[in-house]
Amino acid sequence: MPRSSLGRGARKIRETTESVWDNPHDRVLMDAVVVHDLTVIRGGRRALAGVSLDVARGAVNGLLGPSGSGKTTLLRSIVGVQRLAAGSVLVLGEPAGTPALRARVAYVTQAPAIYPDLSVRENLRYFARILRVGSSEVDDAIARVFLEEFADSVVGSLSGGQRARVSLATALLGRPELLVLDEPTVGLDPVLRRDLWSTFHELAADGATLLVSSHVMDEAERCDGLILLREGAVLATGTPAELRARTHAEALEDVFLHLVEAG
Amino acid sequence: MTATAIRVLTQLRRDPRTVALVVGVPCLLEFLLKEIFSGRPEVFQHVGAPLLGLFPFVSMFVVTSVTMLRERISGTLERLMSLPLAKLDLLAGYALAFAVAALLQAAAVSALAFGALGLHVGGPRVAVAALAVANATLGMALGLFVSAFARTEFQAVQFLPAVVFPQFLLSGLFVARGEMARWLRAISDALPLSYAYDALARVAADGPYGGWFAADLAVTVCGALLALAAGAATLRRRTP
Repeated sequence: MPRSSLGRGARKIRETTESVWDNPHDRVLMDAVVVHDLTVIRGGRRALAGVSLDVARGAVNGLLGPSGSGKTTLLRSIVGVQRLAAGSVLVLGEPAGTPALRARVAYVTQAPAIYPDLSVRENLRYFARILRVGSSEVDDAIARVFLEEFADSVVGSLSGGQRARVSLATALLGRPELLVLDEPTVGLDPVLRRDLWSTFHELAADGATLLVSSHVMDEAERCDGLILLREGAVLATGTPAELRARTHAEALEDVFLHLVEAG
Repeated sequence: MTATAIRVLTQLRRDPRTVALVVGVPCLLEFLLKEIFSGRPEVFQHVGAPLLGLFPFVSMFVVTSVTMLRERISGTLERLMSLPLAKLDLLAGYALAFAVAALLQAAAVSALAFGALGLHVGGPRVAVAALAVANATLGMALGLFVSAFARTEFQAVQFLPAVVFPQFLLSGLFVARGEMARWLRAISDALPLSYAYDALARVAADGPYGGWFAADLAVTVCGALLALAAGAATLRRRTP
């Protein structure tokens, strides 16, 4: 299986378009995530079969693929909560799941992992106490997901999209170096979706690495680098522009189709 | 540890109906016990204190098994396991919160039983309340452990008759342990609630309750710690 290299690919593009080494983030040569020959068995079937890839630091990376392609399994492996059958996952230079990484990597699960019987603020305070960060960060996180007016509402009374944002806010606490977000924008209205994506880019500009999964192809457009996943294997990696050039397609939906048909 | 305790107590505060049931139901049962044996007051004097001390075991078993099951199903447990939170911190937080709830329950039931219902115990009343809290911790720890074996809340609730009732039957509350058949006695000896009952019976009886009380209490607390350790083993950082 060829080793796909999103990190290096993305960097190469930037190198040719601008003199890269002015940007301090590009001096960090090490990738945020290095996955090597990863195989995961879930429920008796191969959810991931020999996946290898790199994720560039300080960028918004999209993990795209249809439902059931293994996105969540890959994200869980990177966070270190997934039992692996074979292969290795290196995160910020350490094996995934190492205790020291728990404060440096934030994970937002697909279903909001928050307490419906607590208010937005109470939920965030709980996570803030675990991460030992102050209450100013709690207010900051609430503002970053645009939920100020619901800060004291009980989560159970909020809409699905609002709950997803509360869950996302918990991941912003403690300034994590890597944010692993599993479909964070599902069910949100387009304006909010756009605003959250600009929040993601702000975080990346501050030096954080983001890995965001989605099954909606038009979200790929907003990513610096892409990993396309299908049936537990990497279909392709690269920047949106690279992938377009490679397949001579305009819409990323068509890019995906071309890649699938090309085998 | 305090982070989790504060969170669990806030959740309880948000659910006044559960709190009312946890406090009100044992009060009602204690009252009924007094009334149905109004012709034989010695029965109430005999089982009133053990009931007071054992009830928190049942309440906290049910509340914890369902609460922890929710954490497992809703994904909050997976999220917590990805955070810099020690498993022991999580469990101790739960234990602390439910000990506070048990204290509240024991205080209310004690006030009723020792006050209006005229329950008499030979030993100090505060020892009964302390045992109630110890038993609550035991119930909490067992509830936490069995929550790993339930997939739905329906299943979790069924662990009440499966895990709690046999322990009650064999604890000596209904039939003195000395009068049980040998094999039943052997099972009874292996169950932590038997020692919790013995300790309560010793406090309730007139006269000195001395050394065996301490031993019974120690076994009860060890049972709780053992169940807590077993519960910790069911919390996995990595899942299939």
